[in-house]
Amino acid sequence: MRIVIIGNSVAMVGAVEAIRKYDTSSEIVVISDETYHVYSRPLISYYLGNLVSEDKMIYREKDFYRKNKVETVFGIKAISIDERKKEVYLEKGDSISFDKLLIATGGKPIIPPVEGLNKKNVHTFIKMDDAKKLKEAAKPGSKAVIVGGGLIGFKAAEGLHHLGVDVTIVELADRILSTILDAEGASLVSQSLQNDGIKIITGTTVDKIIGDEYVKGVLLKNGQELEADNLIIAIGVVPNVDVVKNTSISINRGILVDNTMKTSVEDVYAAGDVAEGYDMLVESNRVVPIWPNAYMQGEIAGLNMIGINKSFKGIFPMNSIGYKNTNMITAGITNPQQEEFEIISKIDHNRKYYKKFVVKENRLVGFILINDIDRAGLFTGFIKNETDITPFKKYLLNDDFGFIYLPKKLRKAKMLDLEVV
Amino acid sequence: MKKVYVKEEVCVGCRLCEVYCITSHSKYKDVLKAYKLETQRPTPRIVIEENKPVSFSLQCRHCDDAPCVKSCITGAMQKDPLTGVVTCDTDKCVGCWTCVLVCEFGAIIRDVNNKVASKCDLCAEAGEPACVKNCPNEALVYSEGGISV
Ligand SMILES: Cc1cc2nc3c(=O)[nH]c(=O)nc-3n(C[C@H](O)[C@H](O)[C@H](O)COP(=O)(O)OP(=O)(O)OC[C@H]3O[C@@H](n4cnc5c(N)ncnc54)[C@H](O)[C@@H]3O)c2cc1C
Ligand code: SF4
Ligand code: SF4
Repeated sequence: MRIVIIGNSVAMVGAVEAIRKYDTSSEIVVISDETYHVYSRPLISYYLGNLVSEDKMIYREKDFYRKNKVETVFGIKAISIDERKKEVYLEKGDSISFDKLLIATGGKPIIPPVEGLNKKNVHTFIKMDDAKKLKEAAKPGSKAVIVGGGLIGFKAAEGLHHLGVDVTIVELADRILSTILDAEGASLVSQSLQNDGIKIITGTTVDKIIGDEYVKGVLLKNGQELEADNLIIAIGVVPNVDVVKNTSISINRGILVDNTMKTSVEDVYAAGDVAEGYDMLVESNRVVPIWPNAYMQGEIAGLNMIGINKSFKGIFPMNSIGYKNTNMITAGITNPQQEEFEIISKIDHNRKYYKKFVVKENRLVGFILINDIDRAGLFTGFIKNETDITPFKKYLLNDDFGFIYLPKKLRKAKMLDLEVV
Repeated sequence: MKKVYVKEEVCVGCRLCEVYCITSHSKYKDVLKAYKLETQRPTPRIVIEENKPVSFSLQCRHCDDAPCVKSCITGAMQKDPLTGVVTCDTDKCVGCWTCVLVCEFGAIIRDVNNKVASKCDLCAEAGEPACVKNCPNEALVYSEGGISV
């Protein structure tokens, strides 16, 4: 059997490692338009800021492909799929046939329709080559404007700041990191950036890019003009579904998959940032573009492709990110507006600690932890396992919250590997 | 695989497991030297919970399905395919704390001085977990397949 995987990133690794645990004979072919050995995409901002060198970015050992008997077709883009003939067509005219196909093409940056995008030093920031190009162009003392204060813009800001660049973030929402933080949380985090001289402008976005051959600045929708030697477009990513256009594979925002990661077409699977799988908190399909999800979806796809039936319970958004000594961990629903949610929160302005728990009925459905992030996984576990938190809800905000506050029976079951009865 | 289990009924909260955990991962492997001579003592790899009269210590469960390994953004967190022991390669770790986010046991401790994840390695070098060996009340047990209660 030949398994073809389009995309050479974490979802691919999840799939290959799962397949090779049980099946050493099937052929595996990985196609990628990038030429690099599989690397950690989240580390591109660390690379930009000189915190990690290029050789430390590899996600799996150098012998990964050899050891797992993976044939690589790198530096070539897959341009289309014939799901009936079971062929993947490559640019330059070649094609590869498959018995099972995994589409793990990730995301691609959203580019707003503004004037002047073709000028030099307008960047996106999702690939190794983007980071290399930006690092080359961003000189100490130069100015950079980042359009978008989401996770990617935030990490780009950190990297550029480390290089001694004067950074301004322009964010359309009323706060940075608006998808994971509420107003209190975002204000705490914004302060730590601003204390370092990073400027944040909210409630507006770029209207026009100024300059001749090279970008010189931007005109914002609010009329403000900013100088810029580099402009980074980081308003978000969308699933990279290009290769499935003109096929019968169903797409909504991403490629729709069931809980085995199978698409609407037999023998064709999708995983990672390109897939729209089940989100157990919103109880419907949603793209959850995070690293852990990509690995786990890839793993489930890999198992099912070799006939091991395993289904995915679902995922929910979760992130751990930081800026220097400001750390935050968030998961699930963090800023609900509806009344059905109960909020339990505590803020400590001196220590810059913030904790917020979002509860629905007797279940934890989300949280934000800023700076006091130790043992965050206990809460992730309560969400994932749909634990009835009633017996210990009143202790959630305790500084020393732990298993000790759980009913003895539940605690022992967890700690001693016993079945919960 | 063999894991460390705690009998909370006999734990007296003396914290010796923590002391010996630090020692076992110190340069000198000696309690007095570890505490007196090392300028930067290792971060413990064990969590102690206490709310009198109950106390216990908790270490990594070396999960079969280890979410920390699957979620680690750099590949630093690994599970040994033969022994099952989950360890963090601190050369690769960047202290992003994604593993802290996903470990349901809260068993990963942040070594903030070195910005790396610190966790129980079952004292791989010594052969037997130091916490188990040095617990005066035998509240910690190193066994296969859990303990009966
Ligand atoms: C700067 C940055 C920081 C991030 N930080 C974090 C973080 O801290 N934590 C976290 O959880 N997540 C983070 N993420 C998100 C995380 O990187 C993604 O969720 C993850 O990389 C998704 O993996 P994937 O396997 O789905 O695809 P991707 O990593 O997106 O890889 C897809 C690959 O497929 C290739 N490809 C696409 N189309 C084709 C084609 N037609 N033919 C051939 N090859 C193709 C692409 O070039 C790419 O190499 C970050 C992302 C970025 C950009
Ligand atoms: S660190 Fe946590 S998630 Fe990882 S193996 Fe240990 S107990 Fe499991
Ligand atoms: S803190 Fe280190 S071990 Fe943990 S997920 Fe991040 S890189 Fe991996």
